[in-house]
Amino acid sequence: MNRPILAVDNLEVSFHTQSGIVDAVRGVSFSLQKGETLAIVGESGSGKSVTAKSILGLLPKQIASKRAGKIIYEGKNILEFSLRKMQALRGAEISMVFQDPMTSLNPTMTIGKQLMEGLYRHRKVSKAKAAQKAVEMLQMVGIPNAEERVNTYPHQFSGGMRQRVVIAMALACDPKILIADEPTTALDVTIQAQIMDLMRNLQKKTGTAIILITHDLGVVAKMAQKVAVMYAGEIVETGPVEDIFYRPMHPYTRGLLQSMPRLDAPRDEPLIPIPGFPPDLSHPQRGCPFAPRCAHVMKVCNAFFPLPKETHNGHMAKCWLLDERANHRDRLVRECREVSDHG
Amino acid sequence: MSMMKIPETVPDDIIEDLFVPELVRESRSEEASTPSSSPWKDAFRRLRASKGVVLSAILILIMASIAIVGPAMSKYSYDEQNLAHSNLPPKIPGLQWLGFDGKDRQDTDVYQQRNVDTAYWFGTDEFGRDLWTRVWKGMQISLFIALIAALLDLFIGVLYGGLSAYYGGRVDSAMERIIEILMGIPSLIVIVLFAIILEPGILSITLAMIITGWVGMARIVRGQILKLKVQEFVLAARTLGVSNSRIIWKHLLPNAMGPIVVNVMFDLPTAIFFEAFLSFIGLGLQAPLASLGVLINDGFKQMRMFPYKLVIPAVMISLILICFNLLADGLRDALDPKTKK
Repeated sequence: MNRPILAVDNLEVSFHTQSGIVDAVRGVSFSLQKGETLAIVGESGSGKSVTAKSILGLLPKQIASKRAGKIIYEGKNILEFSLRKMQALRGAEISMVFQDPMTSLNPTMTIGKQLMEGLYRHRKVSKAKAAQKAVEMLQMVGIPNAEERVNTYPHQFSGGMRQRVVIAMALACDPKILIADEPTTALDVTIQAQIMDLMRNLQKKTGTAIILITHDLGVVAKMAQKVAVMYAGEIVETGPVEDIFYRPMHPYTRGLLQSMPRLDAPRDEPLIPIPGFPPDLSHPQRGCPFAPRCAHVMKVCNAFFPLPKETHNGHMAKCWLLDERANHRDRLVRECREVSDHG
Repeated sequence: MSMMKIPETVPDDIIEDLFVPELVRESRSEEASTPSSSPWKDAFRRLRASKGVVLSAILILIMASIAIVGPAMSKYSYDEQNLAHSNLPPKIPGLQWLGFDGKDRQDTDVYQQRNVDTAYWFGTDEFGRDLWTRVWKGMQISLFIALIAALLDLFIGVLYGGLSAYYGGRVDSAMERIIEILMGIPSLIVIVLFAIILEPGILSITLAMIITGWVGMARIVRGQILKLKVQEFVLAARTLGVSNSRIIWKHLLPNAMGPIVVNVMFDLPTAIFFEAFLSFIGLGLQAPLASLGVLINDGFKQMRMFPYKLVIPAVMISLILICFNLLADGLRDALDPKTKK
């Protein structure tokens, strides 16, 4: 395997809030190869967005008090970069697409000017060149009549078109990594599919690596090669997409897969949610954070934090059930098989 | 592209030739449905539709231009005394029917009586100074004060509020405390202090305004920027590596421009009134300098004998204040269509 373009090593981020210190990210590690898509899934508050934002250094220094670990981009630890160096990196090397296209465009600036901003900043191009590139970018993301559209304002665009513009903005300087933070959550289903297709096609064309943050497992199956499942600020399971979907090892992953509505199930069959709530990260408890909600909880789970267990080809999970000493391990494996047989 | 007008009735005799396939022109299907319209253009269109705004804008322009050329139209300067021509009522040849007939309250033609052949358009004061020149000189002062107020608001107020909110945290707390201290000092005390140290006049008024005049604006801008800086398009700009100054100038301030413009417009009449009030109570400009406040003060002492000395500057200051207020009101409605009744 060649050297990854981005490696996050044991990243920790804590927030100072009024209710105390919240450990939002607790030792997250993953790596990203060139042109690869990594999906980070997990429920709200599991630390997905915080991880993404700390890659770009977007967390306010006053609030995000503690940071530990390393984020290695092309051999350099960008967690230690100064603001100036970080600004040179943002947009040019690593770029980001946000959840809500309705608010991520400036209402008082034309589409074209917003597209040109990154180009001015990073590529030092002439005005005419930048304007031409802006039109090209709009055409690339499939906006008709781009020459006229560059001079219009965001309120004249629909939601799906705005998200296309936002993607065009993020890709204008040919970044090597694109972080997409729930890029389709605010869009309706048909537009979601279009945007996902667009991102896949653009990735084929430009070879950009994508970190896709989502809680939509359908999107994950379609887009990603690698999946990281986050729970309570850590990655509880990670591996190739087939392994996660067909051979999940962590009960949480299994719960996520089970809670997805499926077309082939009988109509009156209720959805199977994961009972309980995610833990309060301001009062971390001992042991596995998923233990209070886990159907297979053992005594050891409440006492000790599970160690990562890696099987073949990079499939890793943190769960005591994978330990040889766990006596009903076989049952879990069997149940996991059942889940994947349905899917 | 304009909407096609649909006739109310379809004629019965449409010939069959029309029911044939039409050439498909690809360019037509891709035409942008609406022409580009910026938020500013929309606001200007709404502004132009209001009669009050147009009228007051025109009146302000007229008064401003007379204030500039007016003093030169008379052959007397604002401080030139001529005791032989003192206390002459206004006389404008051709406008006698409006009351500018050069007659005093006893209906005697003072000009004829004292054998004066120059017509003083707004009359003269007790030293024989030409009131036309003095009124427009006073208007100049008022407009100058308005200009100072606007510049202070725009430069110090916007910059201060913007920086305070954008950098936030401790910077913001410190800057806010300074504003609170400045707000706690009554501006009348500041002006009295300056009047004692320097001397009462335009300089001390300007200095007093530099100290306190921009505080309201700084607070409004701070509130706006605090609201805007957490919005996603600012975050998006930051992910693109856009620098702080560019974010402030290109992303934050244009979006806060509505409240800024409205606040400037409402501050102008306040500042004009402030100066007139100070001059009226004797803390502002001193004779022989003329400001509308000084003229009203002089006029009101002789209100019974020579009402024109009070009425003309009073009407002028009322007019300019009403015009600025109407304009500001119209601007507020135009820039924020949501608050419109």
